[in-house]
Amino acid sequence: MSLKDEIEECGEILGKDTVDSFLVCMQCGKCTGSCPSGRITSYRTRRIINRLQAGDRSVLSDPDLWMCTTCYTCYERCPREVRITDIIRAVRNIAAREGYMSEPHRATASFVIKTGHGVPINDETKKLRKELGLPEVPPTTHKYPEALESIRKIVKKTNFDKMVGFDWDTMSLEKREKK
Amino acid sequence: MKEYAYFLGCITPNRYPGIEAATIKVLNKFGIETRDIEGASCCPAPGVFGSFDLRTWLLIAARNVMLAEKKGLDIVTTCNGCYGSLQEADHILKERPELKDWVNENFKEEGLEYKGNIKVKHILEVLYDDIGINKLKEAVVSPINAKIGAHYGCHFLKPSLVRGHGNPERPTILDELIEATGAESVDYKDKLMCCGAGGGLRAKELGYSLTFTKQKLANMKEKGIEGVIDTCAFCHLQMDRGQIEIKEKFGEEYNLPVLFITQLIGLSLGFSTKELGLDKHSIPMTEKFIR
Repeated sequence: MSLKDEIEECGEILGKDTVDSFLVCMQCGKCTGSCPSGRITSYRTRRIINRLQAGDRSVLSDPDLWMCTTCYTCYERCPREVRITDIIRAVRNIAAREGYMSEPHRATASFVIKTGHGVPINDETKKLRKELGLPEVPPTTHKYPEALESIRKIVKKTNFDKMVGFDWDTMSLEKREKK
Repeated sequence: MKEYAYFLGCITPNRYPGIEAATIKVLNKFGIETRDIEGASCCPAPGVFGSFDLRTWLLIAARNVMLAEKKGLDIVTTCNGCYGSLQEADHILKERPELKDWVNENFKEEGLEYKGNIKVKHILEVLYDDIGINKLKEAVVSPINAKIGAHYGCHFLKPSLVRGHGNPERPTILDELIEATGAESVDYKDKLMCCGAGGGLRAKELGYSLTFTKQKLANMKEKGIEGVIDTCAFCHLQMDRGQIEIKEKFGEEYNLPVLFITQLIGLSLGFSTKELGLDKHSIPMTEKFIR
């Protein structure tokens, strides 16, 4: 499958025309000039789009791909209406599938599988909730085990658990070699 | 009486419950009730989960929307990330019948069905549209006398095509709400810049992520700003707890109190610092924000 086809496939939820829009980029560089991450990192939005146009798969293993905070400034300002942030998300989906998910990101994903929350509750917050007159445990997946089951069903259906490398026997992440 | 299903997300209930308490108190004061969405989960975060697997992201987000639909109530959120995910998912499902069918197929056995008959709102919209600046001004009993740096964050305004709140380069909604409390919203360099937390950057690259925050805080200090007001629980964590991390990592201290918009409004309505959870922030409140 070509990189373009994979972007279309992974970004299907956002719309084919949306994620295909990198094809009309004219390399003006307004995106790079607008990027708050590009000010402080080696992330160059225009270069990433350029490499996608060239079908350069090395983008998938480039750590710079993960320097975007999804602030959408480039997306809003692009004179060719290239939906950059959506394209970045779709390309990251391919990278994640190919095993280029960082350990902290795998951990965040595992919290959702374990608790239903990317940022689960802790004892300190439980205490504070009580002091504020709120229920100690919020009325979320934290309180309702059947709701957590529903989230777990979803991640099994989409094979998200396998992609992240979540081991249901140990309820933790499988060890992975750094790619 | 207006009612909303309050979508809590993760950071509001699990790190900054003061935001939750303040939001409920302020809305109640104006006759707006909030209801729990029992069994709601992580939204899941648009820039992080959306970056991992968009299909899983859409299913989990759709489930949260459907739980509120079942109650027949519009959703209110206190995090740009939650708003971002739920509003975008709702927008996609309203536009794309084939994805709606796919979602419904996946939740059939759980008895959930996406109908598309509620709205996903951000707390700013509820404050501005349902209550309104005039009513907020009239209700002030303890005006805020401080110079404020408004931090809009990203996902309330952008992508403007999906959000529909107008030009994201020149918003005024938060500034107007801040000024309704008596405070002055002061312009500063890169006011609309990201806090640095989103898209998985905070988890993966804390140093770079905090560099965004540090730049914003320095720009605010330069203009004599005395407090940061935000609209997003994740930005809130980044700006408040982030200042402790900035001190540890870079040895720089800003000591700028950080308040969520409903916490600021809460103070102006006469609620105490403690009732709004402000005494439990990483950066202590200065006397301007102590009641």
